[in-house]
Amino acid sequence: MAQEQVEEYLETIYDIETKDGTAKTTAIAKCLNVAPASVTEVLKSLSEKGFVQHEPYRGATLTENGKKIAEKIKRRHRLLEVFLTNVLRISREKVHAEACKMEHTISNETENALCRMLDAPARCPHGSPIFPCNKGVANCAECQAIADTGTSETLRHKKVIPITDLNPTQEGQIAFIRGDCKVVQRLSDLGLTLGTNVSVTRKTPLNGPVEVFVRRTKLAIDHAIAENIFVDTAGTGG
Amino acid sequence: MNGCDECNKRSPIDRSKIKNTEFTIALAGNANVGKSATFNQLTGVDQIIGNWPGKTVELAEGLLQYKGHRIRVIDLPGIYSFTTYSMEELVSREFIALEHPDAVINVVDASALERNLFFTIQLIELAPSLLIAVNQIDLAEKKGITVDTKKLSELLGIPVVPTVAIKGKGISSLTDAILNLVSASPVPPVLQYGKEVEERIAQIISQLGAVKTAYPVRWTAIKLLERDPEIVKIVGAQNSQVVETADTLAKEIETMHGEPVCVVMSAERYLIADRIVSEVIKIRTPVDGKPKKSLTDWLDQVALHPILGYLTVIAVIGGLLVWTFLIGAQISSFLTSFLSHFERYEPVINGSLLNILWNGAFSGFVAGVTLIIPYVLPFYLILAVIEDSGYLTRISVMLDRGMHKLGLHGKAIIPLILGYGCSVPACMSCRIMESPKQKLLTAFLVTLVPCTARTIVILGLVATFVNIWWALALYAFDIILIIVVGRIAFKAVPGESVGLIMEMPDYHVPSLSVILKQTWARTRSLIWIVFPAYIVGSAVLQAFYAAGLLNPVNTWLSPITTLWLGLPAVVGITLIFGIVRKELTILTLAVLLGTTNFASVMTPVQLIVLALVTMLYIPCISTILVLASEFGWRKSLSITGIEIVLALIVGGIMYRVLSLFM
Repeated sequence: MAQEQVEEYLETIYDIETKDGTAKTTAIAKCLNVAPASVTEVLKSLSEKGFVQHEPYRGATLTENGKKIAEKIKRRHRLLEVFLTNVLRISREKVHAEACKMEHTISNETENALCRMLDAPARCPHGSPIFPCNKGVANCAECQAIADTGTSETLRHKKVIPITDLNPTQEGQIAFIRGDCKVVQRLSDLGLTLGTNVSVTRKTPLNGPVEVFVRRTKLAIDHAIAENIFVDTAGTGG
Repeated sequence: MNGCDECNKRSPIDRSKIKNTEFTIALAGNANVGKSATFNQLTGVDQIIGNWPGKTVELAEGLLQYKGHRIRVIDLPGIYSFTTYSMEELVSREFIALEHPDAVINVVDASALERNLFFTIQLIELAPSLLIAVNQIDLAEKKGITVDTKKLSELLGIPVVPTVAIKGKGISSLTDAILNLVSASPVPPVLQYGKEVEERIAQIISQLGAVKTAYPVRWTAIKLLERDPEIVKIVGAQNSQVVETADTLAKEIETMHGEPVCVVMSAERYLIADRIVSEVIKIRTPVDGKPKKSLTDWLDQVALHPILGYLTVIAVIGGLLVWTFLIGAQISSFLTSFLSHFERYEPVINGSLLNILWNGAFSGFVAGVTLIIPYVLPFYLILAVIEDSGYLTRISVMLDRGMHKLGLHGKAIIPLILGYGCSVPACMSCRIMESPKQKLLTAFLVTLVPCTARTIVILGLVATFVNIWWALALYAFDIILIIVVGRIAFKAVPGESVGLIMEMPDYHVPSLSVILKQTWARTRSLIWIVFPAYIVGSAVLQAFYAAGLLNPVNTWLSPITTLWLGLPAVVGITLIFGIVRKELTILTLAVLLGTTNFASVMTPVQLIVLALVTMLYIPCISTILVLASEFGWRKSLSITGIEIVLALIVGGIMYRVLSLFM
């Protein structure tokens, strides 16, 4: 099975899964415009490779490994969409199809270079979030520094999520802050430094500011800034 | 002292407004830690608020008299760091370096020690003669946090005094400690950063030998390493070599950590702060395991609720405005009738020049008094209560999303609300916005908010002679207009917009002294700017008019006033008078028309259009002056020009639309 096909399937399952919980065979078939029988066939082989858990008649869910690949492809897809719209000025309606093809062929290096050139965008032109990269960096300035000096890069093995995705009871440690250097500076002056424990005490409606609890004080942080603060939740429960 | 010549010019000694003092001390610390309350406890009511020369940052100054000593106390702005280059941070550090206060008192919040000590660490580097007041120690106790102030003092090597400033507790021991400190001035031990940072600081210090700045050497070295633009400029003018070295060393650190050097330094400071805090505080976990919900949590459930929160915002802001105008109207009519015993309040336009000038000046004075005392003062008083209680930050959070549409964020609501009182202090308060673009945008929108003077016109023309609903409709229309214009301006003005990052302080019962101080600070700017402009402007204009110099104005303006706006030609002059003070339009109109029953000479449409145009057409002369001092003349005049055009367009369209069905 071609890598491209694997990725396309994982991506589709990812989309359906986030929407419905599990990806039913018929739904996948409809989305990819193929016969349900061939979907079942592919799911079996993906399950053998350890990318999905497949229960006949109930549908498929991604395993950790499968999800990792799907999210990587999604990240590339959305980065490419930003590139096509903002740099090449291609209309927003057309970029999805284009990005769908390009996402399978670009390398890690291209992906990261794109991300740097576009100033690490947080959302694609259609408003979906762009996941952070898995480089072992604390912020975008570090990524830039590595690229400038040509230092070999390390990978982050922990899974990070934006603090806006934290449950009210959940705590996380700051792993990565995406974005403008000045904002990173202001946040770190207020105590949001690498490795600090944070929790979200309140979210306000309509993507209003997020109330963050850090070092025994509460800060109100703009939603767009907050979704660029990524935390590691491993080992802190929740 | 090359790069510092300019600083020295605007420097110290003779600047002191309080004479014959033995010592000067400064209060420094984060916002919301009770710094103002401490200042008020130390100095009483005797305060002078002045601007730091050349910068639009206010410093309060007071006199502390204790055991026969006279000590000058300066309240520096509340800041979190010396590294992010805001005006407040710049002024604070310049003050400490140039005025050499004999001691600096660092007020810290006992409940948030880490973040406060983060700032303390930077203060120690800048001002060795330091004293810490651990404030709100009672609130911390309630949260189960005990601070060992003795231990903290040992670790930092500086005196530490526990206080509850709002209740006056610990203030006398604080004052004793100040006296001890200024006579002994001990040198606290240096707080060491990590090895790789310390090595580089030492290397920079070794090259700084011949360089002279007003700042301590170690502090200068650290700031060079952090590439602080001001320090780089000052040192670079004397020795560019050391700046280059520092830059190379900073790059080394950045390669090592892969982070901007400023962020590395912040992390280093938090590391020190965390280490100290872990030794000095004890946290009691509640017996039943679950932390109790605090009063703040309960109140926030309403204040930040998706529906109740918005209702509360509307109720509070609406209540503030309605209440102010209810009391205001009462006091105002009383004051006017009282003052009219002395001189006619209506403009006098014939008789001797002296008489005309006197009447003009007097009516300017009356207008000022009847504006400030009944309307502005109660408004600011209530607003200060809302602000000091901590609720204003919740309004900011609730309205943040809406403000985004205008390229602003939640904090901008503060100047906008202030604008309903008077545009002058409102424009000044735009300083709280972080980026220059947001500052300018907020100020522009503030000038479109109907201040009390414009409210008088709207009430006097529309509410009295048309009906109250049309008056309210004008307010609603103004809010829509602000949103539309704000959106356009956001797209048109270049520059970056910064998102909201704001501390959410706990609610507390407002302190009377802090409220009075805040109210006074805002009213004061009115007295110094608005009063003179009112008095002089109104006297001069009246003399011009009496001399017949303004008569041709009606003719010149008549194409606009009569043809385009559909108003009587006579309003041309009233609009000119209105530039000085908005409510003068209505007074002049009464004189020129010879009646106060405007409905007998003007149609409802004309009344509404005139009120609308008066509301928008130009910022008053005091506001233009303030805009110029905050943003420069070019921007001030651009705003003025834009508003004239805007008022004419909107007024003309309104006249035509309303004429269709009224």
